[in-house]
Amino acid sequence: MDVLTSAYKTVKESEVNVWFEVANAGDFPKDGGVCVKYKGKQIAVYNFTRKGTWYACQNVCPHKLEMVLSRGMIGDENGIPKVACPMHKKTFSLETGENLNGDLDSIAMYPVKVENNIVYVGFSE
Amino acid sequence: MVGYKFCEKFVAIQVDGNYKLTVFGEEPRPAYDRVHLSEFFENQDAKKLELAPLNWYKENNIELITGERVSAIQRDLKKIRTSSGKEYTYDYLVLATGSLPFVPPIDGVDKKGVFVYRTIEDLEGMLAYAGKLKQENPEAKAAVLGGGLLGLEAAKAVMDMGLEPHVVEFAPKLMPRQLDSRASDVLKLKLESLGINIHLNKATRKILGNGSIEGMQFGENDSLATDMLVISAGIRPRDELAKSCNLAMGDRGGVVVNNKMQTSDPSIYAIGEVALYNQMIYGLVAPGYEMADIAVEQIIGNSDKQMTEDIDMSTKLKLIGVDVASFGEPFMPAEKGHSILFENKTKYLYKRINVSHDGQKLLGGILIGDASDYNMLHQIYLNGMDLPENVEDLILGARSEGESSFGSAMSLPDTAQICSCENVLKQDICGGLLDGKTANLKGVIAQTKATTGCGGCKPMVTELVNETLKSLGQEVKETICEHFEYTRQELYGILKVKKVQTFDEAIDVCGKGHGCETCKPLIASILASLYNDTANKEVVIQDSNDKFLANIQRNGTYSVVPRIPGGEITPEKLIVIGEVAKKYDLYTKITGGQRIDLFGAELHELPAIWKTLIEAGFESGHAYGKSLRTVKSCVGSTWCRYGMDESVSFAIELENRYKGLRSPHKLKGGVSGCIRECAEARGKDFGVIAVEGGWNLYVCGNGGATPKHALLLAEQIDNETCIKYLDRFLMYYIRTAAPLMRTAAWLDKLEGGIEQLKQVVVHDSLNIADELEQEMEQLVDAYECEWKQIVEDEQLQGRFKHFINSEESDDNLVFVPMREQKMPKAW
Repeated sequence: MDVLTSAYKTVKESEVNVWFEVANAGDFPKDGGVCVKYKGKQIAVYNFTRKGTWYACQNVCPHKLEMVLSRGMIGDENGIPKVACPMHKKTFSLETGENLNGDLDSIAMYPVKVENNIVYVGFSE
Repeated sequence: MVGYKFCEKFVAIQVDGNYKLTVFGEEPRPAYDRVHLSEFFENQDAKKLELAPLNWYKENNIELITGERVSAIQRDLKKIRTSSGKEYTYDYLVLATGSLPFVPPIDGVDKKGVFVYRTIEDLEGMLAYAGKLKQENPEAKAAVLGGGLLGLEAAKAVMDMGLEPHVVEFAPKLMPRQLDSRASDVLKLKLESLGINIHLNKATRKILGNGSIEGMQFGENDSLATDMLVISAGIRPRDELAKSCNLAMGDRGGVVVNNKMQTSDPSIYAIGEVALYNQMIYGLVAPGYEMADIAVEQIIGNSDKQMTEDIDMSTKLKLIGVDVASFGEPFMPAEKGHSILFENKTKYLYKRINVSHDGQKLLGGILIGDASDYNMLHQIYLNGMDLPENVEDLILGARSEGESSFGSAMSLPDTAQICSCENVLKQDICGGLLDGKTANLKGVIAQTKATTGCGGCKPMVTELVNETLKSLGQEVKETICEHFEYTRQELYGILKVKKVQTFDEAIDVCGKGHGCETCKPLIASILASLYNDTANKEVVIQDSNDKFLANIQRNGTYSVVPRIPGGEITPEKLIVIGEVAKKYDLYTKITGGQRIDLFGAELHELPAIWKTLIEAGFESGHAYGKSLRTVKSCVGSTWCRYGMDESVSFAIELENRYKGLRSPHKLKGGVSGCIRECAEARGKDFGVIAVEGGWNLYVCGNGGATPKHALLLAEQIDNETCIKYLDRFLMYYIRTAAPLMRTAAWLDKLEGGIEQLKQVVVHDSLNIADELEQEMEQLVDAYECEWKQIVEDEQLQGRFKHFINSEESDDNLVFVPMREQKMPKAW
């Protein structure tokens, strides 16, 4: 089962080789998320409208390995933006990927940029 | 565990970088929590028991070498060698090798099916063996040798594996080190009532069987047939390494240490169950942790810190759901003081306290069946506090009204140890709050680590925090979360008065930050209760299920439940459900609420499924919402020869009236046509039962984990009055309940209880009845089927797609067949 999570490694902005075009910014729900397919990977992308920021992370929750994080609710805790898994409300920092309410493995994070109203997610390969 | 604690304390002190810490462990995994080993049976998740994940060691610059036993110590060269022949040098060496289960030299103890109870591998071996036994013989038995604390845990473990449990103890009583014979008698009765067989006074002479165990022989004509045996007959220190390098040893094993935890070689320390301190091996977590602390302090050069002389051996635990506690001197000779006893075998209760002859000081005691006063008694004992005049009140409770025999935890001295696992004093807990370093329970726990060990001190820590905050003039109230510092009731009032319509407005008007998974669904629920907006209006603040108007299941697929009011359905509609289930290959099951649940629908299939259902005349069943679920009915007077009234017709009317009503938690109703109560209406949030001359209305019942019968609100009323009272009752609940609080819990908290509720609902004592009825009328009028909205509006269907950039569905879904249908593949 670890195969599911091992495919996902955090990509820093400096490591990006491919900016993958996802969709128009207007196709995203405000303060909500969607799931993006890229080369067999599932990536959750969030439009954090209240903060004016975008985040992307693996779609699989490390808790029970379900592809559901994009359906989670976003918000903040002590100023840290986070997403809550819809299954069991495990929360993860959208800045570091760290599990905020337990000892689960961190989730992998990916850089996002918006240019001319088009949303891109950065991958190293 | 003690070795890990050493690492934790070492890291916490943050010695400068001149140290390198290497940890060797012979087991394949990092240190784990043996105290809660039996939890492994519940989840079989070894990771959950880990004290810290692997990367913790890395982050703290500790080299962790697992699966490698240290086989020799060369003290003159300060070197160790591992079983694979690798060599390492050391400046200081800490032995935290713990202990091994003691296996008595009984003839036949090497037979198959004989286990010890110590490591995760032992448990896995037991599980596999038990599984095999159960297949061959569903009535298989398992015996546990040893009626001590761990033995009884093991008995629970084999019982959970589905085997018939037997406990065999050599002594004439259970837990001989902690309990007196009366206590043992009460505990034995209780355990037997739970299905555990207890055999005392049995010396096992021989293990019977041919290859595999078949029984245990005690005397000539005295034996017990069993298919498995778990040995839990005490521990022996793992001291062979120390012995082989000639460190000073105790006569019966254990490495001798002084009060600095040093062995006879000053650069070698020993802590935990391998260490012999004051001629004793301490098999408890708290002294082991203290030893770890002392060893760290000594090694970094803080030589003032020494091990306490008298080690408190008090313990409290929940054994198979039974409270057992013993503290101080549980058995006290008569020349030291008097004992005060209370015993009630009908309730499996036993309490004993030992007090000094003058009745001034508490010396020790034993509690069986109810140890809720343990924390206070233990504190009184530890701190030598004065006892009340009527000492017996300590175990009998104060018998005159309005008095507590204890006073509050605040009356403890500042130096009272509240958390023994982490050695946290009262002053540590209150101090952080008083000097403003932290502001709440969460902060106190983060700062002191109190409650993070066994958790037994949690109530006392909570009380201390709340009382300290109160003394600082801070009101302690159940606020929703960091974004809204109000109770749900207050927030309901604010949003109503300010006519707030969206989450953003709410947080801008009376909150801060950006919201979270607690406050977003709560605001969504309040807004729905105020205006009956459907969940389609603001999708991103809806809870997981409301977001897609379906119940998310184990593998991320959804279930579909159309409304079937009162459980009445035509054959035509049944056929439509069947056809939908067939077309989309959905697992189909009748629910407890007299309707049909279709499982395994993928996100993108939901709109098409509902299109078919809605065309056939169905509506959303709101099975996913904190809202009205069903009104269950019996068939009533139209068909039943006992029926007093038309229960189905009334159930349909009620279900259609309140469908879509969002509330603090889910709502269920029931209508029975006579007092035989076939609809189980009194197990519901509201229940109506036909009697001579009208309906009886019951409210605030509950099934589930805390079953409660609904209580009578009004008698012999007609349909119209019943609806009027129900409108008022439901609106009053929606206005005032805390988040996720069912009606039963709400009534429990309501001052004055059901009598007060009658005053408000029936006699309108608050003069709000008209208002409540009007509000309900508005909600009923505003009802819309939210699935119909989606089916009719293509834009709303956009969110029912797994990917934004692909029409494919989630390719990770795997189903396996089950009884001619399917289920998700197990995690």
